[in-house]
Amino acid sequence: MYAGRGGRRALTIAVFLLPTIVGFVLFSLTPILRSLYLSFTSWDILQPAEWVGTENYRQLLTSDEFWRVMGNTAEYIVLYIPLMLVSSLAVASLLNRRFRGVLVYKVLFFLPVLTSWVAGSLIWRWILNYKYGIVNALLGFVGIKGPAWLDDRLWAMPGIVLASVWKDVGFFGLIFLGAIKGINTDYYEAAAIDGATPWQRFRHITLPLVSPTTFFVLVTSIINSFQVFAQVMIMTDAGPAGATQVIIERIYRYAFQFYKMGYASALSWILFAMIFIVTYVQWQFQKRWVTYDA
Amino acid sequence: MFTRRALLVLVCFALVLSLSGSILAAKKVVITYGNFSAGKDNEPTLNAMKAAFEKAHPDIEVKLQSTGYGEYFRVIQTQVAGGTAPDCYELNYENFVTFAAKNVLTDLGPLFQSAGMDFDAYDENALRAFNYKGKQFGVPVSYSVVLLFYNKDLFDKAKVPYPTNDWTWKDVIEAGKKIRALGDDIFGIIQGVHFWEFYKVIEQNNGSLFNADHTKFTVNSPENVEALQYMVDKVIKYNIEPTQAQKSNQGDWDLFSAGRAGMLITGNWAFTYMKENAKFPWDVVVEPGNKRKACHFFSNGLVINKASKNKDAALKWIKWLSSSRESCTLRVNAAWETPPISDPEIIKLYTSQTPPDNRKAVFESLKYLVTPPVVEQFNEMAQIIDVQLQKARDGEKTPKQALDDAQKELEQKIKL
Repeated sequence: MYAGRGGRRALTIAVFLLPTIVGFVLFSLTPILRSLYLSFTSWDILQPAEWVGTENYRQLLTSDEFWRVMGNTAEYIVLYIPLMLVSSLAVASLLNRRFRGVLVYKVLFFLPVLTSWVAGSLIWRWILNYKYGIVNALLGFVGIKGPAWLDDRLWAMPGIVLASVWKDVGFFGLIFLGAIKGINTDYYEAAAIDGATPWQRFRHITLPLVSPTTFFVLVTSIINSFQVFAQVMIMTDAGPAGATQVIIERIYRYAFQFYKMGYASALSWILFAMIFIVTYVQWQFQKRWVTYDA
Repeated sequence: MFTRRALLVLVCFALVLSLSGSILAAKKVVITYGNFSAGKDNEPTLNAMKAAFEKAHPDIEVKLQSTGYGEYFRVIQTQVAGGTAPDCYELNYENFVTFAAKNVLTDLGPLFQSAGMDFDAYDENALRAFNYKGKQFGVPVSYSVVLLFYNKDLFDKAKVPYPTNDWTWKDVIEAGKKIRALGDDIFGIIQGVHFWEFYKVIEQNNGSLFNADHTKFTVNSPENVEALQYMVDKVIKYNIEPTQAQKSNQGDWDLFSAGRAGMLITGNWAFTYMKENAKFPWDVVVEPGNKRKACHFFSNGLVINKASKNKDAALKWIKWLSSSRESCTLRVNAAWETPPISDPEIIKLYTSQTPPDNRKAVFESLKYLVTPPVVEQFNEMAQIIDVQLQKARDGEKTPKQALDDAQKELEQKIKL
C-alpha cells in the first residue's frame, strides 16, 4: 500500500525483464558456472564427475599441443586482423562515393555476411582447389604456380583467412561506412581548398575521425578471431596434420569426440581469460590513438 | 463438502484413466529404435523391415530415431546421460566397447534365455565382437569387410594380369607402376594414409599398435615403420597413389568410378555405388598382404538400453531385425552391408548377386579379419596417430620420425 508509484514501476520493469533474465540464468549463467566447476573435474558424461583439482589446467599448460594450438590461433589473428581492417576500410571508402549501381555493390559485399558458414566454406574449398580453383587459375594468368592451399600445411591457414575476410568484410565495411558518413563534410572541403590530396584527406581526416569505430571493430573482431571454428571444421577439418587446429576446435573435439568434458571446460576458461586480458589491454591502450571528438 | 466430493470425482477419474491407459498399453507396446547405418540410401529398406516386423508382431510398434553417422554417437551418449535414450539402438564395434565399459547396456544372455532363444543363428566372428568381458551385451546386425577393387579395363590396357587372392604389396606396386604409366591423370591405386588403413596394414606386416597383453604402445616398432614406409612410398616415391594436391578434393570413390585409378582399397559397402557409377567392368579380390594377410572387419550391433522399460519387446525387435530370414533377405536385396548370420540360404543369395562377380571374396576375407584396436580413449588415440601419419604422407617427417612422435604422445595421453 505504501510502495506507491516507485514500487509499481520496479515491478513493471521486473516483469518485462523476467523472460530475458530467466533465459539468461537458465541457459547462460548456470552453464557458465557449471563449466567452471567441471573444469576442476574429470567427467565423461556417462559416469559421475570426479574432482581432480587443478589437474586439467596443469596438463593443459604443460602440453605441447596447447602451445601449438595457441600458435595456430595467433597466426590466424595476425593474418586476419590487418587484412580485414584494410579491406573493410577500403570497401567503405569505395561505397561512400556516388556512382551508378552503388546499392548493388553494397548488397554484393554484404551477401557473404548472410551466407551460412557451411555453404561458404564448401564454396571456398573449390575456390582454393589446387587444380580446378579460381584463385590458382588467376595466379596462373600472371605466371605464378599457386600452392595446394588447404592441403598444404603452410598455406592452409592463409586460405582460411581469405575465406574469413570475404565473409566479414561486408559487415565491418558497413560499420565503417556508417562512421565515414557521420563525418562533417566541411572538413573535407576546407582541406581540399588548402590543397590536400585525396590520400592526405583520408589519412588526416577520415582515419582519425573513424578511430572510435576502428577501435570497436578491432575489439570485436579480435574476440571473434579467438573463437574461429566453423570454417576450420569444414574447410580443413583442422588439417593437414593439425596445421589448422585452433582453440574452439580443440574444445569441441575434447568435449564431444573424446568425451573429456573437464579438460574441455578448463580450456574454455583459459580462452575466456585470454580474451579478457587482450580486451583489457586494448582498452588501456586506446587513449593513445582513439579520438572521440568528431 | 464440495471439495471432498470434487476430490472423489477426481480420484475416480484418475483411476479410470490409468486403467484405460494400462489396457491401451497392454494392447500395444511402443519401443524406440536409434540407428545410423540406414542413412539416406537404405531408409526405405529400414521402413520395409519395420513394416514387416509390425505385421508379424501386432502388439509392438517400433518408432525409428534415425541420425546421421557424424552426429549419432554424440546424440546417443547425451540421451543416455539424460535418461532419454531409445529402448534399443545400433552401435558400431568401436563405440560398443565404450558403452559396454560404462555399464549402460543390458546383458542379453539372461534375456535370451528367459525368452527361450539362443545365439546360434549368428556368425561366430560377428557375434564375438559384441561380447564384452564374457557377457553378450549386443547382437550383430550387419558387418562389412574391406577388399581390393580393380578396374579391368585399366589392367587390360596396361597388360597386367588381374589381381588374385595371392597378391602381396610387391604385386600392388608393380601393377601400380604400369597403370600409372598410362597417363598423367591415371593412378595405380588409392588407399589413403590414415589411421583406419594403418592399423590394418601394420598387421599385414606382423606389426601391432600394442604389445601382446595390451599394456604398452608399440607404434614405432620396426614392422610398423616398414609398413608406413610402404604406404608413403606409394604416394611419394612411386607416386602410383595421388598426393593430396593431385587428388584436389575429389573423393576416392569418384576417382575410381571415373576410371582414373586401377585399384581401390575400400569396403563392400561401396558395391551399390560402384554398380551405379562405374561404367566399366570391375571386380574385387581379398586385399593383398605382406608377411601375412589382414582384412578389416567392421560390425554394427544392436543393444538394449539398461534403463529401458520395454526390454522384452525391444528384444523381439532386435532379434528379428538382426537374424530373421525376412529381414536378412531385405538387407541382401538392398545390398546394405552383409547380414551377420550363418544361414546358407542367405549367403547363397548374397553371393549370387553381381557385380562384382567375385562376391565370395567377402567371406574369404573373414579368415584374415582384424577388428579396430579399441581402447577407451579410441577417438583421441586415432587422432594423435592420424596427425603424425599425415606428416609422413606429406613428406614433412620420415615414417620413423612420425611414429616415434606418435608413440611419445600416446604414452603421455592414452591410458591402456
